[in-house]
Amino acid sequence: MSIALEIKNLHASIGEQPILKGIDLLVKQGEIHALMGPNGSGKSTLAYTLAGHPAYEPTAGQVIFGGEDLLEMEADERSRAGLFLAFQYPAAVPGVTLAKFLRQTINSRRQAENPEDKGISIPAFRRLLTEKMDMLGIDHKFAGRYLNEGFSGGEKKRVEILQMATVEPKIAIMDETDSGLDIDALRIVSEGAMRLYREMNMGALVITHYQRILDYIKPDYVHIMMDGRIVESGGPDLALKLEEHGYDWLREKHGVVEEA
Amino acid sequence: MAELTRELTEEEIVADVNQDYAEKYGFSDEEDYIFKSEKGLSEELVRAISKMKNEPEWMLEFRLKAYEHYLKRPLPEWGPDLHQIDFDDIYYYIKPTNDQSGSWDDVPDNIKNTFDKLGIPEAEQKFLSGVGAQYESEMIYHNIKKELEEQGVLFLGMDDALQKHPEIVKEYFNTIIPYTDNKFSALNTAVWSGGSFIYVPPGVHIEMPLQAYFRINAKNMGQFERTLIIVDEGAYVHYVEGCTAPIYTSDSFHSGVIEIYVKKGARCRYSTIQNWSTNVYNLVTQRAIAEENATMEWVDANLGSKITMKYPSVFMKGEGAHGEILSIAFASEGQHQDAGGKVVHLAPNTTSRIVSKSICQKGGRSSYRGLLKVKKGAYNVKSNVVCDALLLDAASRSDTYPYIEIDEEDVTIGHEASVSKVGEEQLFYLMSRGIPEEMAISMIVNGFLEPLVKELPMEYAIEMNRLIQLQMEGSIG
Repeated sequence: MSIALEIKNLHASIGEQPILKGIDLLVKQGEIHALMGPNGSGKSTLAYTLAGHPAYEPTAGQVIFGGEDLLEMEADERSRAGLFLAFQYPAAVPGVTLAKFLRQTINSRRQAENPEDKGISIPAFRRLLTEKMDMLGIDHKFAGRYLNEGFSGGEKKRVEILQMATVEPKIAIMDETDSGLDIDALRIVSEGAMRLYREMNMGALVITHYQRILDYIKPDYVHIMMDGRIVESGGPDLALKLEEHGYDWLREKHGVVEEA
Repeated sequence: MAELTRELTEEEIVADVNQDYAEKYGFSDEEDYIFKSEKGLSEELVRAISKMKNEPEWMLEFRLKAYEHYLKRPLPEWGPDLHQIDFDDIYYYIKPTNDQSGSWDDVPDNIKNTFDKLGIPEAEQKFLSGVGAQYESEMIYHNIKKELEEQGVLFLGMDDALQKHPEIVKEYFNTIIPYTDNKFSALNTAVWSGGSFIYVPPGVHIEMPLQAYFRINAKNMGQFERTLIIVDEGAYVHYVEGCTAPIYTSDSFHSGVIEIYVKKGARCRYSTIQNWSTNVYNLVTQRAIAEENATMEWVDANLGSKITMKYPSVFMKGEGAHGEILSIAFASEGQHQDAGGKVVHLAPNTTSRIVSKSICQKGGRSSYRGLLKVKKGAYNVKSNVVCDALLLDAASRSDTYPYIEIDEEDVTIGHEASVSKVGEEQLFYLMSRGIPEEMAISMIVNGFLEPLVKELPMEYAIEMNRLIQLQMEGSIG
């Protein structure tokens, strides 16, 4: 069954500060949406709010995911329901190896289905991990390293995609996955992501500042966010137009005052 | 990816941890004892214990002098509050059975059942070189593999050793930790009973650990075991102790003294997994002397008890000696773990390392208390101290009391301390991958301890993770 992420008039705050001011967006499985916008427009807030970060408080509106009220779910339930967030700054967890962590992501899913489940067997997990690591060009040694500890920017992003490959979500949100990557790392990471989208018929919301990631991840739709709202939506051309002309014409068109 | 193989066992074990302390360790047996003293302490009792044990005169004299010192010595005022202990409400000596046995078949059924439930005979079969089991005041079982015995290794109950090898006991007893050291070493010397005696002859390497298990069963029990370990030149031993007790509303008391002498080029590792119920005061003195090029390692995990005060120490007396203290403390509701270690450098080119990791939750309190001392003339000493604390909630507390006394210039000293809270970002990150909150916190905690736990042999690493898991259960409100 095909699943959609349906955002209706979503408002959200951090503390007392309203950031999202009425977002409407529909992302279906199999579709790639790019979300662009200047710094401070609320793109990352949207990502965190959807993923269920406790510091981001939805204040109005609705998000329906696979027919369920997403905002009622805990962060772990959202993930198991099929929503994935690739972090811009993934946290390091000392002492927890990447292998142990990935196995737990799989086992948590199995155990949520069946509390008696004993978890994925070692050989099956090893096969799965080896295959996914090879696909993303990740050295097998990383399996024994502590999660994100001492990883370079490129390694962290690659490992985010590895996690996506392991948990096989329905809809993925990529929060500035291109930031901090050199051109080779960008290519490997985005080609890997693109392949996964296609193989698993995923839907994706790709948050970015720059056109360049969209050379690899071809969006079906491009949306532009300013001051907590989506102000413009269109096809891939919109990203190119933005690259060429910047945001000023949009600010003028929508009467957005540039933030200090 | 050899790493992956190790994970399986850990998780399998963790998977069946759904029992709490009460069920697993908190049970108690009916009392059916040969002798149970009146509550409280007196000179008569001290004499009676010595007499019942048929001890040589010199031991009785030690006991009496120590008793006198104990009476005069005030309670320490610098640590956790000990004034709440009612010393008149304790049974100082309980003899559960007549004989110490070398076979589980000869141990009385109810006591044997206790140790069966705790998995001791099974562990003995699987991965230990020898086992001692203490119940109340006496060692009720002591056994060592035959081939080690043939190599001249002695592994006996301390009382047994005093009867069979009085000359060795006399040579070392009270020399590493004199009864005048502190109030509780005095108390222990006055009323000691049980504990292990180990002698490892020169060059003998005992591959698998020797283990002792200490069990308190009666209410208001005071357990005062005395352990003496002598590792002769170039020899090696790993000794492990574990301990549990039933949960009572009144307090019990445990105060052991452990003296270790590590001779030239020898190595001794002493690991403790302390899991007393939370009505036990645990005040223990542990000290080792390391001769030239000898290594002493303490691995000290304090998970249970109401108050623990315990600072394993290494006196590096010979050139090139190495001392190591790895300390893990977990404090939950109503618990105060005051733990740490002391390293004393008395000779040149000696090295030491202290790593302390503590975790507090539900208002539990932990303190790291450590001493690093370098005597004049002990040049080219290297020492490193790292203490990290992890707080799981705002109600919990962690303090650090590092004491450093250095009388020599040519030394290299490192000291780092950190306190962190389980980060919202780490937790959110793990949860955002579908891992439930409780499991995510437990992963962060286990990860925090991983650098120390991985120093333990496999079986104990699993046991540690399992116990931590047990502590963490229901930690999410």
